This record gives sequence, structure tokens and C-alpha cells, in this order.
Amino acid sequence: MKHLYTWTAITVIVFASVVGDVFMSRAMKQVGDVHDLLQRRGFWIVVGRTLSNPNFFLGVTSMAVAFFSLLFALSWADVSLVAPAAASLTFIGNACAARVFLHEKVDRRRWMAAILVACGVALLAD
Amino acid sequence: MKLTSRKYLVLAGVTLFAAAGDSMLAHGMKQAGHVSLDHLQTLIFVILNPWIAVGILLLLAFFASYMNALSWADLTYVLPATSLGYVLLALIARFVLHEHVTMLRWIGIALISGGVGFVAGGPALTHHPNAPQQGREAADVFAGGK
Repeated sequence: MKHLYTWTAITVIVFASVVGDVFMSRAMKQVGDVHDLLQRRGFWIVVGRTLSNPNFFLGVTSMAVAFFSLLFALSWADVSLVAPAAASLTFIGNACAARVFLHEKVDRRRWMAAILVACGVALLAD
Repeated sequence: MKLTSRKYLVLAGVTLFAAAGDSMLAHGMKQAGHVSLDHLQTLIFVILNPWIAVGILLLLAFFASYMNALSWADLTYVLPATSLGYVLLALIARFVLHEHVTMLRWIGIALISGGVGFVAGGPALTHHPNAPQQGREAADVFAGGK
């Protein structure tokens, strides 16, 4: 049962983190290059555009779901399993989701980077 | 798109603030001790611990830098480019917090550094030929015309 709860929770963490990152990236792309905006329009315009973007709130909500799933997972399993497992799977998940939903160009270089970082993060566990 | 020095600073900020914030939280929670699931409300008082408070501020700075970076770079660029934070965190854990870092972890650090190297040399943003410019017009393209 513990195994099932742990890995279900890890799956939820990964799914919610990926969804959160995708929505956040989409929101910030819609806001526009923050450096340009800060120069041309000022700080409060940037804040206003960010907070009025629905994708931003969907992103934050999803990240909150990921956070509470993490707390739940940690009540069943060690952080040295949950944190690297969730982080490395999130890396791979983000690469796939970014390609499909954000239409980012995930070339061989970026796949290699995602895989290397995912393996590296997994090895950071005990 | 050529990265300005300010944008490199933002990427560095994402890396540094995440590592520093997590280290502060780790140190503060060690002082606070184990939190029982029956008494989750103790987590509310834990933010009064100065290490935790500073850690939260640093993580807020991380979040601001992260959103900044996402406004001008792809997600699949920002994430590996800033994963040096994991390396920094392990180094802080070993040399500042005096945690034991195994050989496997050092190998993991080397792999992450390799991944960063792979992505850092490439372009930061995918060029979308249909998007006229970033901002509200681009929103139509990204949102699928809604």
C-alpha cells in the first residue's frame, strides 16, 4: 500500500509540476519580455499584466497541487527517494510537454541536456 | 536572440536564489526539528525562525527571477541552464552544512554539469514564424487562437 501511495503521489507531483511549468511559461510569454517592458512601461505594468493573466493563476494552482502532493508523498516515503524521483521525472516530462504544448524546439542538444540532468539529479539521492 | 549580460544575471539569479533559499530552509528546519503530521500547524510558527524567513525571501526572489527568465526564454532552455543550482546545493551541503556527499552524488553533479554545458551553447528561444511579436498578439498564437 505504501508503495502504491508513494508512487501515485510522485506521479501527481510530476504531472502537476509539469502542468504548472507549462502554464507559467505560457503566461510569461504572453506578458512579453520583462526587460523590454520594464524599460518601456514600468514595474507595475509588468505586475499588472502578470496578475491579470489566467494562465498565471492556473500555473500557480498547479504548483500548489504539486507542493501538497509532495507533502503527502513525504509522509509515506523518504525525501531521498521522493525529491530526486520527482525532480528527474519532471525534467523529462517538461521536455515532452514543452515540445507538444509550447511548441518549443526540443532538439537533440536539449534532449541530451534533459536526460543528463535527470540522471544526475536521480544520482543525487542516497 | 543574443543574451544580454542582464539576462545571464537573471539565469544566475534563478540558480543562486534556489540553492541559497533551500539551504536556509534546510538549516532552519533542522533547528525546528521533526514536524508531526498530527501537528501540521507548527509549520505556521516555523516561519518565525530567521533562517526560514530568509529562506522564504530568497525563494520568492528565485520565483521572480524564474518568471523573468520564462518571459524571454524557452522552458527547455531555462530548466537545464539553471540546474547548476543542484550542484551548488550539493556543494553547500558538503562544505557549509557538513553533510556527507557520496561518490554517486559527485557523479550526479558531473552529469548535471554536462547537461548544462549541452544547453548553454544553444539558442534560448524557439522562433515562432507565425508570432508577429511578443506580447498580446503572440498570446493569440500561443493560446491556439482563443
